[in-house]
Amino acid sequence: MILNTPGSPHIHAKTSVTAIMLNVVLALIPAIVAYVWFFGWGILVHMFIAAATALLTEAFVLYLRKKPIAPALLDGSALVTAILIAFCIPPLAPWWISLTGTAFAIVIAKHLYGGLGYNPFNPAMVGYAMLLISFPREMTAWLSPGTIEQLSLNLAETFTTIFSDAPIPDAVTMASPLDTVKTELARGQSISGLPQETLSGMFAGKGWEWCNMAFLLGGAYLLYKKIIHWHIPVAVLASLVMFSALFYMIDNEHYLSPLIHIFSGATMICAFFIATDPVTASTTPKGRLIYGAGIGILIYIIRTWGGYPDAVAFAVLLMNIAVPTIDHYTKPRVFGK
Amino acid sequence: MAKDGELIMKFGKLFSFRGGLNLAKYQHEPADTTIGITGIPERLIFPLQQHIGEPAEPVVNVGDKVLKGQLIAQATGPISAPVHASSSGTITAISDYPVPHASGLKASCIELHTDGCDQWIADRKIIGNTYKQLSPIELGEHIHQAGIVGMGGAGFPTNIKLNAGQQNAVDTLIINGAECEPWVSCDDMLMRERPAEIIIGAQIMMHALHARRCIIAIEDNKPAACSSLKNTINSLKPQADSNNNPGTLEIIEVPTIYPTGGEKQLIKILTNKEIANKELPQNSGIICHNVATATAVYRAIFCAEPLISRLITITGDIPHSQNREVLIGTPAGDLIEMGGGQRSALKQIIMGGPMMGIALQSDETPVIKTTFCLIGQTRKSTLVDITNKNILPCIRCGACADVCPAQLLPQQLYWYARARDFKKIKDYSLSDCIECGFCDYVCPSNIPLVQYYRYAKAEIFSLEKEKQKSDIARTRHEFHLSRLQREKEERAARHKQKINKLAARRPAIDSPAIDSPAMDSPEQKKSPPHTAINTAQNNKNIETP
Repeated sequence: MILNTPGSPHIHAKTSVTAIMLNVVLALIPAIVAYVWFFGWGILVHMFIAAATALLTEAFVLYLRKKPIAPALLDGSALVTAILIAFCIPPLAPWWISLTGTAFAIVIAKHLYGGLGYNPFNPAMVGYAMLLISFPREMTAWLSPGTIEQLSLNLAETFTTIFSDAPIPDAVTMASPLDTVKTELARGQSISGLPQETLSGMFAGKGWEWCNMAFLLGGAYLLYKKIIHWHIPVAVLASLVMFSALFYMIDNEHYLSPLIHIFSGATMICAFFIATDPVTASTTPKGRLIYGAGIGILIYIIRTWGGYPDAVAFAVLLMNIAVPTIDHYTKPRVFGK
Repeated sequence: MAKDGELIMKFGKLFSFRGGLNLAKYQHEPADTTIGITGIPERLIFPLQQHIGEPAEPVVNVGDKVLKGQLIAQATGPISAPVHASSSGTITAISDYPVPHASGLKASCIELHTDGCDQWIADRKIIGNTYKQLSPIELGEHIHQAGIVGMGGAGFPTNIKLNAGQQNAVDTLIINGAECEPWVSCDDMLMRERPAEIIIGAQIMMHALHARRCIIAIEDNKPAACSSLKNTINSLKPQADSNNNPGTLEIIEVPTIYPTGGEKQLIKILTNKEIANKELPQNSGIICHNVATATAVYRAIFCAEPLISRLITITGDIPHSQNREVLIGTPAGDLIEMGGGQRSALKQIIMGGPMMGIALQSDETPVIKTTFCLIGQTRKSTLVDITNKNILPCIRCGACADVCPAQLLPQQLYWYARARDFKKIKDYSLSDCIECGFCDYVCPSNIPLVQYYRYAKAEIFSLEKEKQKSDIARTRHEFHLSRLQREKEERAARHKQKINKLAARRPAIDSPAIDSPAMDSPEQKKSPPHTAINTAQNNKNIETP
């Protein structure tokens, strides 16, 4: 009698890429709530546009590449990319922003390199960087937290605002706290002379600190679920704190405090959700520390002396380039050697 | 080589190895908690190779009547083991049958049709307690003649791992009772039911090795086995003291983590020493034997019984899973039937544990000396079948690296195996992979990683063989060229000598007239055909090495 002869092992843990991706989405829920609370419904609309774009372009590219479509759509990776992009887009930005950004991320950053598992650059960050460079005005028009209460837009109104051609009035938009600080410092202002509302809130800008806290919470969940390793988030935050503390101690009038650095801007989403993207991050334990530390240091350098107020996308993309080299030099010691 | 100072190890404190996971959720107690006895099957099949090393050589012919315990194939070469008939009957064939090997290839076997009498050979010489008067070499010879090999799965001839005491100071004997694979419970059963055999076997091994201490390592989820062995040690102690046995025996519970039962992982846990790939534990003063091997040694010395039966777990989708004492050579399908399983409903049979076992290609494949478990699976399998799952691309999540007990980077190995970049894969120490299957087990993309590694290992092996071959051919060719050159020079030298000789003789015989160049030319013309013949002969040499 002929029997089946599969190779060992004959049992398999009940894990899947889909489960990992769904856990990531789950971990993002507190941050979504915080965003909606402080910046209105816009993020949900953009998330919807981005998700639809991601799934459609993914399916289309897979069709062109003659690859099976269903398993790739079900793995959830495109969905995560879409959600991460939506977090980076100002809530009342026009609809085509999230559409082009996501399509660029999926087609150019992911599939032109071979699809899931083969892309050297984080697709969400490639999409965001493209948007930031191409549409700087739309991409920096953040609502000041609280203005949304004055605007009092409900979900349907937000939807029509995003899909209408009329630009949102300048009065309700403002630069993010990091952006304002950068502009003011460049003007020769010192930090104590900044306008009051810039860094209102408890310690790192109203709204922003809570959003970052929500990402921290989600990140803790991912760590607990063992979906991400501790190395990258710890290295990103530690290096950023160390660098900012050093300069803050030297001159606290011209350098922001470590607290503002880690709880403002996109620091937490970067540390727990973007830098930890396994495909594009270093894969050795030591390498993850180096990779994370590199991102933290680059964030500080670009935020402080570079041309952009926040630096997560560029820091991550720059370190993505370094990953093969880092991996090569950080092979762990083999048992017995 | 271990120095004396290093041999003092701190026991009592356990260490850990990196990687591994608890697989206790798969632990599966057999329905019957006694040792089942199987009848004598109609037909027994004895593969000539049930061990690592050279296959044994048949010493019987088709048609011969043999008795239980009779030698039917003898060892060949220094690393080999003999094979004995496990029941009486008639040899009906010596030819190729399916054997438990991952390659799925058939191999040479001796087929025996049993007569049901189960008649033992006469004149069995029991050594018994006099083993203490034997030298390690004599003792090793007895164990060798009994055909004993490592019964934990590796099948390395046991006598070789007992003679290490000759060259190396082996301080510690570890008896491995950590059967870490889920579903398997035969070693547990053995420790519970036959503790005295294990302990006396261990004492014999200690004697052969001149080991000062023996540790029996048991997983902490087997308290019954542990207490049964402890009681036996206590009851045997006065006897051991009166015999002036200087060695100590202790039982150490180790954590239930797959793959604790791996020799290197167990040594790491017990001693914190890491034995590198291709290193031998005895160089660190340690020898590791399986509990079942210890029993086999006991039986060889005290019962004059060669290795013809063993305990195996028979489980899977069968109504009556049980640990059974099984004759070596029994076809797997027979045993599944004895457990109440339907032979025709079988979809696959796994020999060994679910993590590292081999899926047999035929239900006729026999149980061999290294078989410890049979898992029969029907279509509605209770084991998770991954063959139907979607294989997704590797997302480099690193779950595999977290569990790898060899501390490798399975995700990188996979990458280079796929790319057929064998140079790079060697840099990532593929050869250190023990194929425990853990990377595969945890992979969220369902990638059959171990199969990729086996493929890469096989490719590297054949590439190296080819390289060796071409190296040999090249050196041969170079040698051939240099010989041609040498011959040419020698010929030239001889030729010159001759001319000189002739020139010297000439004035004496006939002084004038003969033109010397004219004499030379025919000689010169002759030489090319010579060379051609030489070349032809040399070519022939190359072709038939």
